[in-house]
Amino acid sequence: MDFLRPTGWEEALALKAEHPTAVPIAGGTDVMVEINFDHRRPQQLLDLTRIGELRTWETGEESVRLGAAVPYARIIGQLRTELPGLALAARTVGSPQIRNRGTVGGNLGAASPAGDAHPALLAAGAVVEAGSVRGTRMIPVDSFYTGVKRNALAPDELIRAVHIQRADGPQQFSKVGTRNAMVIAVCAFGLALHPRTRTVRTGIGSAAPTPVRAVAAEEFLAAALEEGRCWDTGRPVPPSAARQFAELASGACSPIDDVRGSAAYRRRAVGVMARRTLDWAWHEYRTDGDGVQQCA
Amino acid sequence: MRDLTQGIRARGGIGESTLRPDGTLKVSGEFAYASDLWHEDMLWGFTLRSPHAHARILSVDVTEALRTAGVHAVMTHDDLPAETRYGLEIKDTPVLADGVVRHHGEPVALVAADHPETARRAAAKIKVEYAQLPVVTDEKTATAPGAPLLHPARDDAHARHSPHPNIVHRQPVVRGDVAAARELADVVVRGEYEMGMQDQAFLGPESGLAVPAEDGGVDLYISTQWLHADRRQVAPVIGLPEDKVRMTLSGVGGAFGGREDLSMQAHACLLALRTGKPVKIVYNRFESFFGHVHRHPAKLVYEHGATRDGTLLYVRCRIVLDGGAYASSSPAVVGNAASLAVGPYVVDNVDVEALALYTNNPPCGAMRGFGAVQACFAYEAQMDRVAAELGMDPVEFRQRNAMAQGAVMPTGQVVDSPAPVAELLRRVKAMPLPPERQWETAGGAPDLRALPGGLSNTTHGEGVVRGIGYAVGIKNVGFSEGFDDYSTARVRLEVVGGEPVATVHTAMAEVGQGGVTVHAQIARTELGVARVTINPADTRVGSAGSTSASRQTYVTGGAVKRACEAVREEVLELGRARFGPYHPAWATAELLLEDGKVVTDGGEVLADLVDVLEDAYVERELEWRHRPTEPFDLRTGQGRGHVQYSFAAHRAVVEVDTELGLVKVVELACAQDVGKALNPLSVTGQIQGGSTQGLGLAVMEEIVVDPATAKVRNPSFTDYLIPTILDTPAIPVDILELADEHAPYGLRGVGEAPTLSSTPAVVAAIRQATGLAVRRVPVRPEHLTGT
Repeated sequence: MDFLRPTGWEEALALKAEHPTAVPIAGGTDVMVEINFDHRRPQQLLDLTRIGELRTWETGEESVRLGAAVPYARIIGQLRTELPGLALAARTVGSPQIRNRGTVGGNLGAASPAGDAHPALLAAGAVVEAGSVRGTRMIPVDSFYTGVKRNALAPDELIRAVHIQRADGPQQFSKVGTRNAMVIAVCAFGLALHPRTRTVRTGIGSAAPTPVRAVAAEEFLAAALEEGRCWDTGRPVPPSAARQFAELASGACSPIDDVRGSAAYRRRAVGVMARRTLDWAWHEYRTDGDGVQQCA
Repeated sequence: MRDLTQGIRARGGIGESTLRPDGTLKVSGEFAYASDLWHEDMLWGFTLRSPHAHARILSVDVTEALRTAGVHAVMTHDDLPAETRYGLEIKDTPVLADGVVRHHGEPVALVAADHPETARRAAAKIKVEYAQLPVVTDEKTATAPGAPLLHPARDDAHARHSPHPNIVHRQPVVRGDVAAARELADVVVRGEYEMGMQDQAFLGPESGLAVPAEDGGVDLYISTQWLHADRRQVAPVIGLPEDKVRMTLSGVGGAFGGREDLSMQAHACLLALRTGKPVKIVYNRFESFFGHVHRHPAKLVYEHGATRDGTLLYVRCRIVLDGGAYASSSPAVVGNAASLAVGPYVVDNVDVEALALYTNNPPCGAMRGFGAVQACFAYEAQMDRVAAELGMDPVEFRQRNAMAQGAVMPTGQVVDSPAPVAELLRRVKAMPLPPERQWETAGGAPDLRALPGGLSNTTHGEGVVRGIGYAVGIKNVGFSEGFDDYSTARVRLEVVGGEPVATVHTAMAEVGQGGVTVHAQIARTELGVARVTINPADTRVGSAGSTSASRQTYVTGGAVKRACEAVREEVLELGRARFGPYHPAWATAELLLEDGKVVTDGGEVLADLVDVLEDAYVERELEWRHRPTEPFDLRTGQGRGHVQYSFAAHRAVVEVDTELGLVKVVELACAQDVGKALNPLSVTGQIQGGSTQGLGLAVMEEIVVDPATAKVRNPSFTDYLIPTILDTPAIPVDILELADEHAPYGLRGVGEAPTLSSTPAVVAAIRQATGLAVRRVPVRPEHLTGT
């Protein structure tokens, strides 16, 4: 196995073009497990740890451009205001050691349906910045996941950054595992309220072949909030609407039975998490500065 | 109660919480485990394992593997030099598969190479052609007409009385008249229970280093639970007399029963002798799940009958343990399950049947609690249900039927030392309860760490219901059923650098239980010295027996104590010869060794040990035995089968997210009688560790085996979950010290009892919180949500 160590982004792209089967590695928390278990044996590993810019982020007006190799620990520590949903998801990733090394770029590259970042990215709204010697491509996260552990990257492309919308309202993330820490998701749910556009976005993890949004649930809830003038008044979400939202979220799942949990349980748990996260997010919307002003 | 240790005082002696020498090293990551062993020019061994649970091997082609650069040897069954099977109790386990594989992960071939990766890749080039065979996976398939037989030609000691060739061993225990008692019962409760397959999940995977010696023998540095049992099994396989097979204990990262059977011991020795080079084998975590036996999964059916006033009249039960493909210690596990099936209660009419099956599932054998864990889960669930039927408090109902000293076990054995069952229950019940809703904070945001789901943020209190449950259990200490369960200790006293120093040499495997700490404490107490050297455990001294069955402090501790006493007698003889003529107290007073001096029981100093010993040394090696036991009668189960009993009680407080089926154990209080706490800190650690392992079994730990293929589905720590610190509650421990006058210092084995009652206490609390009749462990969210 060759270990390619580019010192800059352009060199990395050139190497990836030359070796399209090279597997990029940053934190190594997923790739190394795969290698150690002999699940894969790539011809080349493309080490991205020498490319400093991948570990940086820029906070813009609308969004945060998060370098592909920013570890979860940084997101938890320094981006929880801008990216509260992702920070909550990051807190549930593995152990402190894993959070010090694991990255959102790695989560996207692996594209496992159980990746913790995905529901938060889907809910917040994000665009993956992919690069190759051919140029840069911006891929909306909604169309990034193409199958179980497959993504929309071309063989010569690398993830450079993720552009994640800055929170314009409360965000929540919830994950079920059969242990109270350090557990892979049985299923997960991300929710973001977007008061500016009066929309709601969601993300579901581990309950379908890919991370998915519960689009019908989002549209239903947005309509219900509009109809009840909830955004303006800060009125509680009608219980019937919350229930319907949860049911639609459940309905967006197409889970399987596996060693971690049953399909029926996943459907149920996603519904419960949808209802609870909506409750928490809406409570925050009503009681936070913004919400109160809008209520007035 | 008499304190059998009265009058004994020594700095760092028994009763003190002296610190263990390996503690800091293990926490800081500096402890050298067997996996850290290294030798100049050593090769790495790798084991090729079966991908199928039951298959005929049609052909094995090692050509490509042998051609791989760096490969020094490839071995299959055909290359074995001597005996080809081994086993703890029954020699039914092939060293390498002999034409048939009987479980997923069974060793088929060995490779030795100059790099572990080379060995692994070469093993992948071995071409094995399999013809899959139908699998038997439970009692129904194992005993169905025409069922494939795991060992059709078996001729072991249990074969003759076993009702079916796929039943390893069956043990009934019958006492009184259950049919008559049933007529008198006001309340009858029948229940079926199931326990999944728990893994020991020790942190240090199997590993060792075999070094060929110039005399044609081999030295094995090994992480094990019993050096001499390993040697007894390895020597015939490699075709050497035992004295040519020398074993030294290397750093052990936990055991819990999982190192009682051989794993890589014979394999490493075979490769070392074949290549003439040192060979190291280290399993990774994945392989470790296939490299040792697990706790027997069990199906249990119980029927309890009681009178309206809360007196247990009878218990009838049937316990079916899945032993997997090879016997391991299944017969002894059956004996334990049968003899302890009723629990720590007085029941005059008993009809018990326990058996272990041969199936194509992974082999099961020893694990902390050893047959008593399975039974305790079921009988404690039953006790709660009978109490509920009677409208009685579950603790009061237990206390009313609790055994005490003098009680007669269903085996007819009289419990002839303290059995404070009712008192232990009283104590856990009397402990203050943890405050409710501990997740609530002044700031308003909930403390997620205190909620089910933890930082995964699944609830802020919604759906959370508290439940409280109690359980108590009984475990035997030491090897049972007539086994000659002795230990050997060699103790030497001499002057080193002007100071008396004791050296203790045993073959006791220190697997983390704290035995080396206790041995030093015993030597200080008995010999009155400050400095004690504990020699490495090896086979240059006689057997210490297994670090199992909560027995080491009792048995090897007893041997060390006895050897120290013999040394002391000889030292006093030396003193009498040297100084007796000058002071009458040498002849008339009771003499003790304290602070490096010979003193009278009145406190008068007669001589310094340094002056008594001068250049001489005193050394004694002896074997020590506890009281003998006897086998259980094969039809009635009657017999004085056990050495000693130990008891622990738990109170579990849980909070269950009833909508998501997630559980947070808030507190797991334990009260245990330990006879005498030789090292209170170690005792507390054992109780907390055992309780946590029981908690893991209650809510998460299970090796999932596909019933259709008998293949293991989760051989990794990604999907075999063990409790993290966030899953581990506060475990307040109340230690009782009621001396057993038959045991050294009055002590009682500690390690296993807390693993028994922990699981049923947690499940009882979950039942109380949810109102559900939870019948299976580990409890999964699906069970609590009906999904």
